[in-house]
Amino acid sequence: MLTIENLHAKVEGKQILNGIDLDVKAGEVHAIMGPNGSGKSTLSSVIAGHQDYEVIQGTMLMEGQELSDLSPEERAHKGIFLSFQYPIEIPGVSVTNFIKTAINASRKAKGLEDMPANIMLKKIREKSALLEIDSRFLSRSLNEGFSGGEKKRNEIFQMAMLEPKLSILDETDSGLDIDALKVVANGVNKLRSKDNAVIVITHYQRLLEYIVPDFVHVLWEGKIVKSGTKDLAIELEEKGYDWIKEMA
Amino acid sequence: MEFKEKLLASHLALEEKVDLNDAVHQTRLESLKTFEQKGFPSPKDEAWKYTSLNAMVRQDYALFPKAETSIELKKVKKYFLYEIDTYKVVFMDGVYSPFLSDTTHDGLDVCLISAALSKAKYRNLINTYFNKITNKEDSLTALNTSYTLEGAYVYIPKSVVAEKPIEIIHFSTGKEKALWLQPRNLIVVDNNAQVQIVERHQSLKKHSVVTNSVTEIYAHQDALVDYYKIQNDLSTASLIDNTYISQEKNSNVSVHTFSLGGKLTRNNLNFYLKGERCHSTLKGVTLLEDRQHVDHYTLVDHASPHCESHQDYKGVFSEGSKGVFNGKIHVDRLAQKTNAFQQSNNILLDDKATVNTKPQLEIFADDVKCSHGCTVGQLDEDALFYLRSRGIPKKEAKALMTYAFANNVLESVELPVLKKRINKLIAEKLGVNLGFDL
Ligand SMILES: Nc1ncnc2c1ncn2[C@@H]1O[C@H](COP(=O)(O)OP(=O)(O)OP(=O)(O)O)[C@@H](O)[C@H]1O
Ligand SMILES: [Mg+2]
Repeated sequence: MLTIENLHAKVEGKQILNGIDLDVKAGEVHAIMGPNGSGKSTLSSVIAGHQDYEVIQGTMLMEGQELSDLSPEERAHKGIFLSFQYPIEIPGVSVTNFIKTAINASRKAKGLEDMPANIMLKKIREKSALLEIDSRFLSRSLNEGFSGGEKKRNEIFQMAMLEPKLSILDETDSGLDIDALKVVANGVNKLRSKDNAVIVITHYQRLLEYIVPDFVHVLWEGKIVKSGTKDLAIELEEKGYDWIKEMA
Repeated sequence: MEFKEKLLASHLALEEKVDLNDAVHQTRLESLKTFEQKGFPSPKDEAWKYTSLNAMVRQDYALFPKAETSIELKKVKKYFLYEIDTYKVVFMDGVYSPFLSDTTHDGLDVCLISAALSKAKYRNLINTYFNKITNKEDSLTALNTSYTLEGAYVYIPKSVVAEKPIEIIHFSTGKEKALWLQPRNLIVVDNNAQVQIVERHQSLKKHSVVTNSVTEIYAHQDALVDYYKIQNDLSTASLIDNTYISQEKNSNVSVHTFSLGGKLTRNNLNFYLKGERCHSTLKGVTLLEDRQHVDHYTLVDHASPHCESHQDYKGVFSEGSKGVFNGKIHVDRLAQKTNAFQQSNNILLDDKATVNTKPQLEIFADDVKCSHGCTVGQLDEDALFYLRSRGIPKKEAKALMTYAFANNVLESVELPVLKKRINKLIAEKLGVNLGFDL
């Protein structure tokens, strides 16, 4: 589904990604771990198409198409979704209006009519129930004054509504309490299928107990320095990153 | 003949239309002298630095159009808050339109200033209020005063709550190629009384029209006044709005100005806080394109202690449009415990639009809280990326964010139909798809 080869990228004149290779197939879950500042969020921003990040070398193919040629919205229309590490507050736009606008924009790009209001409403009800989100919450301004955990839950609600092919969850677990973590993980699992894939960025093994990865990668200084199975995450939890840095 | 000369010379013609023995004729004559001495403001005046009337007054205008009252309701219905029942004072080319109006004398007065000026029973009120809080040095106000002929007169007696909003609407029909209008409104809200007023100036056809309007509003003790100005006129219409508000103890007055269209608009909005514990709210949404120009020139004069004033102006400018915000807060030596806040936030959607902002604080008391902030910027890039990453195209994302930015001024609008109407106008102007509920 997503094939990244030898990806180098820079931001504000500083090179952050130094040759990433990653191959994500439909139906798979990949976890990316790594110390603070190693480039995990940078990789997600580059995949999602943030204008500040510049690809200087390498390729990113999503179902055979080079992503660098596409605008952020076109990437979203192709089925890429990024759950932000720090979701942005948008005062004056309610969660509901935002998600309706987003869904209909994607439909329009595919040549479809607006989603009928009753179906939209039903879907909103269904997905907010899945993530145990109070309906009052949906009429509030997007992320404005939301707690850290509420923001993350809201990201996954958006993911559930948009039904992406490839979801990148950037530290979705940070800020969530234990119960919320289960709700959110359960939500993500419900959305999984053989046709879509998930990249989970996290610092903690705990999330991976709920969303079980097929592969675990360690990112350090802008490169994937080690890959393994879910056991690698357990090992990292025990030993930290020093041994990997030494090996690299 | 220059237009100024014409105004001076034509005053004789006005004298044929008014009662020379009415309560204000002397005031008219004195004001004409003021205008004669001062003339139109020039860009050399500090207060008119960014807004030039030179081109406007180089033209000639008709001053006394023929009455034109026959118009089909369905042609103008959309300019009214037709969804609800309201009092209406409506003028066509400056002439009262009984057909479109819905006035009253039942428990409160919603009628014409021409009637109030000429009838004996109003003489006391006119003597007490007419032209009492205007700035006597202001030449445009003086010009309006000298030509006082018609406008709305509203009187809400003690403890009366006007149960319907009042609409004051001035249409210009385009029958005259170029027209100069000078409506004069007087609004008195007595102790503990309440009223909501919506004012609108609207051309029905593209033609050169300038409105130089003066409104005096008196809010007595504990009075509550919500005043809304809808400025969404055609690109050939200009407006100079001079509004003067006097507040007594504990009164609460808000003025919302929605500047969404027109050629040149200047809002001189003056609040005089004379009693203690007044609340004043000045809010504005300005949304301009093409070569439109809006200048907000506000004054909040804190003359008494324990008062609170809030100014919040949002502006969005594109395509060579021009915005000006000049906000003056004056706190008198005696006005301790004043809270005065002022915000002017502006977004430039492209590099052809410009905004000039200037806060002026004159504070002579020591125990006060004052703040002001002016920002001019672009839309937040990270927020745009967030919206786009969800599949919303750049243009729509920008429109949605601009809409959200401007819209939050509407939170304090107490009239739901109006709020919805303005919401919709803003969304339409920005090209935001209204596929969602507001
Ligand atoms: N917009 C930017 N401008 C300048 N430097 C940036 C920018 N974005 C990221 N960086 C730098 O790039 C490096 C990688 O940052 P990134 O956010 O990708 O790390 P991360 O692996 O996600 O870390 P964390 O675990 O703390 O979230 C850091 O040194 C960071 O300071
Ligand atoms: Mg990060």
